This record gives sequence, C-alpha cells and structure tokens, in this order.
Amino acid sequence: MATVPTERDLRLDLFRGLALWLIFLDHIPSNAVSWITIRNYGFSDATEIFVFISGYTAAFVYGRAMRQFGFIVASARVLKRAWQIYVAHVFLLAIYLAEIAYVANSFDNPLYSEEMGVLDFLKNPDVTIFQALLLKFKPVNMDVLPLYILLLAWFPPMLWLLLRAPSIALISSASLYVLMWFFEWNLPAYPSGTWVFNPFAWQLLFVFGAWCALGGSQNLARWIHSRTVIGLAIAYLGFAFAIAMTWYFPHLAAFVPKFVGDAIYPIDKTNLDVLRIMHFLSLAIITVALVPRDWPALKSRIFWPAIVCGQHSLETFCLGVFLSFAGHFVFTEVSNRLLTHIIVSIVGITIMVGIAALISWYREAERRGGGPRPPAARPGFAGGDA
Amino acid sequence: MMGRWVLPALLVLAGPAWAEHPAECRVAAPLAVSSFPLPQVARALAAKKFAILVVGAGSSQLPGSNGVKNAYPARLQQVLADNLSGVEVKVTADVKSKRTAAEMVKALPADLTATKPALLIWQTGTTDAMLAVDPDQFSQALDRGINAAHSAGADVVLINAQYSPRTESMIALGTYAEDMRWVALQQEIPLFDRFAIMRLWSDLGTFDLYSATKKLDIAEQVHDCIGRLLADFVIAAAKPEEQPMNGSR
Repeated sequence: MATVPTERDLRLDLFRGLALWLIFLDHIPSNAVSWITIRNYGFSDATEIFVFISGYTAAFVYGRAMRQFGFIVASARVLKRAWQIYVAHVFLLAIYLAEIAYVANSFDNPLYSEEMGVLDFLKNPDVTIFQALLLKFKPVNMDVLPLYILLLAWFPPMLWLLLRAPSIALISSASLYVLMWFFEWNLPAYPSGTWVFNPFAWQLLFVFGAWCALGGSQNLARWIHSRTVIGLAIAYLGFAFAIAMTWYFPHLAAFVPKFVGDAIYPIDKTNLDVLRIMHFLSLAIITVALVPRDWPALKSRIFWPAIVCGQHSLETFCLGVFLSFAGHFVFTEVSNRLLTHIIVSIVGITIMVGIAALISWYREAERRGGGPRPPAARPGFAGGDA
Repeated sequence: MMGRWVLPALLVLAGPAWAEHPAECRVAAPLAVSSFPLPQVARALAAKKFAILVVGAGSSQLPGSNGVKNAYPARLQQVLADNLSGVEVKVTADVKSKRTAAEMVKALPADLTATKPALLIWQTGTTDAMLAVDPDQFSQALDRGINAAHSAGADVVLINAQYSPRTESMIALGTYAEDMRWVALQQEIPLFDRFAIMRLWSDLGTFDLYSATKKLDIAEQVHDCIGRLLADFVIAAAKPEEQPMNGSR
C-alpha cells in the first residue's frame, strides 16, 4: 500500500484559501476588483486549484482513515462528507431562491423583458426545486459544490485503488477523461444542456491531486525541479498571458496567427480543456519551485488569514457564495462605484477569515473538552477538513 | 464604476466627430468599431438599394403601442434613410422573444428568401444562456446561420446580449458571449458588442440600467442609441476608406 504522509502541507491550505478568495471575487458579477484574479491572465482559474487541492486533502485525510480503519469506515466518512456538502448546497439554494424572488417582485424594466424570463422558473417551483435537489438545476455560480459532491461519492473505490495501485488508478482516471472527450459524455442539466463542470472531465484533476498526496509528488519531484520543466512552464505561462491580453485588447488579436487561434479556441472550461490543465500544472510547478514545503513564512501571521480559510474550505466556500450574492445585492441596491467594489471585496474576505477563525477556535475548544459535547475521538480528522 | 474620469477622456477621444448623435450615444462610439469589412453592403450601397434583415429575440423589441417604432431595428432604418441620400433602405425585422439561436436558424432560410438582404443583423445569446443550452450546439447554430446568410449573398453582423446588471447573478452569459466572439472572429464577421456598450453607459452613469422603472423612456433612449451606433458601425464597415456620415473614424 502507498504510504500517506503524516504532516499536513500548509501550502495546500494557503493556496486553497487564496483560491476561495479568488472564487468569491470572481463570483460577484461586474466586480471591478476581480481584475486581480488569475483567470484574467491565463487559461485556468481558481476552480482548478480548488479541485486539485480538494483531491489532495481528501486522499490525505481519508487515505489514512482507510489504512487504519479499513474500506467501510473510510467510505462512510467520505459519504458523510458528501452529504454535508449536499446539505450546504441546498442551504445556498434557499438563499438564492430568496434573492431571485425578491428581484422578481421588485424589478420590472421594459428594457429587460427578455432577461426577466430567467425568473420564469419561479412559476413552477415544484419542478424547479425537485430538479435542484437532484442536482440537475444549478443556478449561476452554484456548480462547484455539486461537482464536489459527485467526486466524493465516487471517491471510495478510487481511493481503494489509489492505495493499492496508484499508477493504475491515475491511468484509469485519465482514460475516463479521454473517453469523455471521445464520446462527449456529460450529465444532463435542467432545463436543458449539461453540467457546467463535467464530472467525467474534472475527476482527472481531483484524482491527480489524490495521487500526488499518496506519494505521487515524491515520484514527480525529480521532474518538477528540473530546469527544463520549469523553463517550459514559464514559457507556457507567458504564452497564455499573451493570449489572455488579446481578450481585453481586441486589436492585439491581429497578432495571433490564424493557425494558433484555430488550434487553441474554444478553451473549454466545462470539459476541462487540456490547455487549462497545462496552465494549472505550469502554475503548480512554478509555485512548488518558489515556495518550499518548509518555508518558515508559512507559519507567519501574514499567511494565516488565507491558511485558516483553506483549512475550513467547505464553510468558507459556502460563505463566499452567499457573500457574493450579498455583494451583488449591495451593487444593485446601494452603490455601484469603484470604491464600493473595493470595500465589498475587502469586507467579504474579512468576513470569510473571521468565520474561518471562529470555526478554528471552536474546533480547538471542542477538542480540549470545553465544547458542549465531550471531545470526539476523530483521529482521521486531525489533519483538518478534506 | 471606472467612474467619472473616463467620461472626459472619451469625449476628448470622440472630439467633434459624432456631432449628429446625442452625447449619450456618442460616449460609446469608440466601442462600436467593426473589425471586418462588409463587402455585400458596400455593393448594395453602390446599387442604391440596401435591404437589411434583423433577426432577434426579446431584447430587439420594446413593449407598448410605439414599441416597434422605437425599437432599434426601426431606429436603424430611420438613421440610415436620413443619412444615405439616394439609397433605398429597407429594414425587415423578424423578432420574437424567447428564441434560441437554433430556433432562429430554422426561420432563417424563409426570411432570407423573402427579403433578399445585403446584411443580416443577428441578435442572439440571451435566451440560450437563460436555458443553459449546450454551448457547442449554440456555436454550431451560429455557424449554420452565418453560412446560410453568406450563401444567400448577405453579410452578417452579430449582436450580443444586453448588459443587465440586475439579472447578472442569474444569467451566465460568459460562455455564450465568448462563443459569439470566437465564431465571429473565425468567420471574419463583425460583432456589435452591445454588452460592452451598455456596460459603459452604466459605468459612466449615462443611463441608469439598475432602475426599477416601469416607464419606457430609458429603454427607448437605449434603443435609439443602439440604432444610431449600429448605423455608423455598418456604414464604417462597408466603406472603410471613406469617412462615414457621422465621422466614426
């Protein structure tokens, strides 16, 4: 069986925390501050980081549980986690419906009669809510949690295979990805179309993260620290950056040779385009080269806010989705000036850090026996949340 | 959002050129610049007979008894007729709300045969985004429609979705907007970026697009400006070598 490293890698928490902040900023429509987020400077965005690190930590936490307590207990824990995320998703859905219903009742501009048709689903809530509970109806920006639920529900057998034959597990995951492209597999959505994050595609990044956690990264170390690979990664990031600039300065598009354009577009987020994977891998390679695992600054106060968010990722993610609704509400109802955008962004991140810190403190208090219940014996959770 | 500093800068850019349009429309003129020529339109202008077919969904119309008269297709016809002296301008609009791109393509052959246009102006994207139509199918529908128009001897201009700040958190326009941009680039046809134009108006405070008003005044002004900018856009693309009638570059 593959070994599971014992000490949690703080870099994972740091970058997952940062990814959660970026997702929050990107989810507020028209947010001026979102120009700082990575999606504007290349092909991939914070979702790749989030899914990869989620796979890594899931393998880290449940891999140890599976080795200590066996397949059944570890699977039960994974499924319990999937259920928690499902409940969180339904909770966010309730907030979303409240927001939509408010807009439907208060806004009626003749310029937007077509756009108001998006509220038509409120006329048959029976169908809509049922489809939402089936994870087929997913409002805008609420696609990540259903993906995460599905990835976890399917994770126990994958983890079992990863612990026994990591290479075969990774190859089978990659094969599924290739077959998905070949046969155009995806899950159906409501009222039409398919899942925005195709689980058959995105599972690859999740499994790759898990594979890295279970010893794969040691095998790769020789490669990712080679000068050639780092050079290629920098070159690719530079290429992606140059292409990204043509999205904002259309006259630059004339400098992109037609064959390059034909080869790269469209860059498919739904099916996790290979260009996006390569962009994420390049970012990861540069990050690993720049930030060593034992970098002392990881324990400093500067990075603590992002790390604490990354350690409580489910709560922080849900809070981020809610705060992005609230932020958009402030833009429409109160003020839409640049200063408001900056304040909303900063306040939102501050609230995320505050709540994550509160959860951290509460868990610690519970562990010490100061909580309402006796401390739970949960050795598998010592590394934090998956 | 970018605020009040951009407005003077843009006005300086615009200079005295767009003198004939209201200032509200003119601030967005730099965004309404075509990147590809329209050879069929140029030919039609030379022949003094210019037929345009506008195909669109709900955001190409206005409600009310004067809705047709004030919506951008009719405004476009008016502005073109006023400025292209001696040219017979005829705009036909096939506009029905809640139509996806694929549904519009189905109606297209009959429309093209009936009107024999030199130009198809195709507004789409919003309904597809609301129904979350498969983006691949959306792109394919765009390609089919553009090819149909080309083989009927018409140039094509695509118009993307409106900027609608209130419903922004509910309609995921992103993929569909990118697909339209990409298809336009690949087919080498101009895209009239209505989204960016209206967004600029909103950012500058030119029009209050957040307003929960039931009144039609802002909607009519927006459509009037869209019609005017579209007229400049088409003429500039048809006659790149000449100064167009309102001087947009």
